[in-house]
Amino acid sequence: MTTTTSQQGRETQHVQYMILAVETEEDFAKRDDPDASGEYWAAWSGYLAALAESGVMTSAGGLMPPSTSTTLRRRGDELVVEDGPYADSKEQLGGYFVIDVPDLDTALMWARRCPSADSASVEVRPLLPPPSA
Amino acid sequence: MTAEARQAVADVVETSYGRLVAYLAQDAGDLAAAEDALSDALVAALESWSTSGVPERPDSWVVTVARRNLVGSYRKSETARRAQPSLLVLADERVEQEMNSSPASGIPDRRLELLYVCAHPAIDAGIRAPLMLQAVLGLDAARIASAYVTSPTTMGQRLSRAKSKIRDARIPFEFPLAEELPRRTRNVLDAIYAAYGAGWDDPNGSDPKRSGLTGEAQRLVRLVIELEPRNAEARGLLALMLHLDARSQARRTADGRFVPLDEQDVDLWLRAPMIEAEHQLGRAQALGDIGPYQLQAAIQSVHNRRALTGSTDWASIAALYDGLVDLSPTVGALVARAAANVESAGATRALDLLDEIPERAVSAYQPYWVTRAHALKRAGRQTDAKAAAARAIGLTTDPAVRAHLVATYDVPSG
Repeated sequence: MTTTTSQQGRETQHVQYMILAVETEEDFAKRDDPDASGEYWAAWSGYLAALAESGVMTSAGGLMPPSTSTTLRRRGDELVVEDGPYADSKEQLGGYFVIDVPDLDTALMWARRCPSADSASVEVRPLLPPPSA
Repeated sequence: MTAEARQAVADVVETSYGRLVAYLAQDAGDLAAAEDALSDALVAALESWSTSGVPERPDSWVVTVARRNLVGSYRKSETARRAQPSLLVLADERVEQEMNSSPASGIPDRRLELLYVCAHPAIDAGIRAPLMLQAVLGLDAARIASAYVTSPTTMGQRLSRAKSKIRDARIPFEFPLAEELPRRTRNVLDAIYAAYGAGWDDPNGSDPKRSGLTGEAQRLVRLVIELEPRNAEARGLLALMLHLDARSQARRTADGRFVPLDEQDVDLWLRAPMIEAEHQLGRAQALGDIGPYQLQAAIQSVHNRRALTGSTDWASIAALYDGLVDLSPTVGALVARAAANVESAGATRALDLLDEIPERAVSAYQPYWVTRAHALKRAGRQTDAKAAAARAIGLTTDPAVRAHLVATYDVPSG
């Protein structure tokens, strides 16, 4: 958590939220589709630019498609390694953005702008505060 | 429970909800208690009317029972114990008296007072419209929450905090004093316009589509006009909403693509709302009390005149924006004035106007970046235009608008 001083001199506690961008199979396919990739990437790079230049973003990362994922579980003595993501679902995590904003409503305002809100969904979750010293 | 009783209760809610809440809240000085007492009375009505039939005046029946509920909850409080027997009698007597003295609908109309309470300066500006929507129109918190892009729990908490404030700070359920009236009226109308624009990037400058709570907001402003016919700005606000509504069918192609205002097919603009808007604006201006909403309505009126003349009078629009900025220099007005100047005075002047706006006010304001990209493109500065467009794309919530910007500016995707 960080603290800023607003114009009125009031101190506002900031909270870090992670915006989890969930995408559909069709979204992931657009990344390499010559007809769709231009618009797809323009939307994401615009979103990243807006977050970064507004000064709210602390970190971000994009993920390769779920087909590249490997999941492992230990059950008793047995370690099971499987191809693919942890849950077999039509919508999968495609990337994340960590933002530093005063409240949930501001975080939701940014989440609305996330391109995957149109096709799949966007989850907003606060980060745990760092352990106190 | 009989169908007849259910229908009668539904009719009371449909036609009288806000009026009953307002009347009960004024009496109790407590909005939350009034809403609770009314809900309980409606439940009681369902049962009672199912067995003994629907009374001749259902509204009066409900309000009498609700008043008893209110006095009952008052009786439970320590301070009021001694006054209780006479209070009960008084409550019934007063209902009786007031019903008889207002023959039209039976129940005195205090909705305007309630609107002024909801938009009182002591109430946080962001919760004023949600309060109105709930208290006067009976919308539930979940529906309001979605329109305001917040969680139902959060919206519920904010609403009940505001209602506690009304009760605890004893905000009077009265019409504001004459010297306060203009400012208080502005608060009411601003809250209604905020409800109209809730959920949009830019309710102020561009061209909002109809969605969310636009219909409810229009009902509220019509109510203000009905109760306060000489309120020029309320008529201005209604005219503004109607002019924007008139274009609602033209903003998208059949396959869902976004159509900017200057490319819209004027044959798709609806004549009836435009005509009513002109009528309202005329009546507003006859009252001789010009204000920001009348100016904004006048700007949209000039835009919509393209349906008759075939062209847009950008010089008039820019001049009206100058007037609006003088009266009310909001970021929305400043950006929209710059956009008009691209057409009326040229890109250089528009960019100067944009540069005058403090950066922190616009860092996350989508219309600023759209306007900037447009002005830069017009000035022949393609690279800068693309960078501004990328920023606008990232701030856009509407996928059709995003696709339009990507196509217009051929934004690099790297």
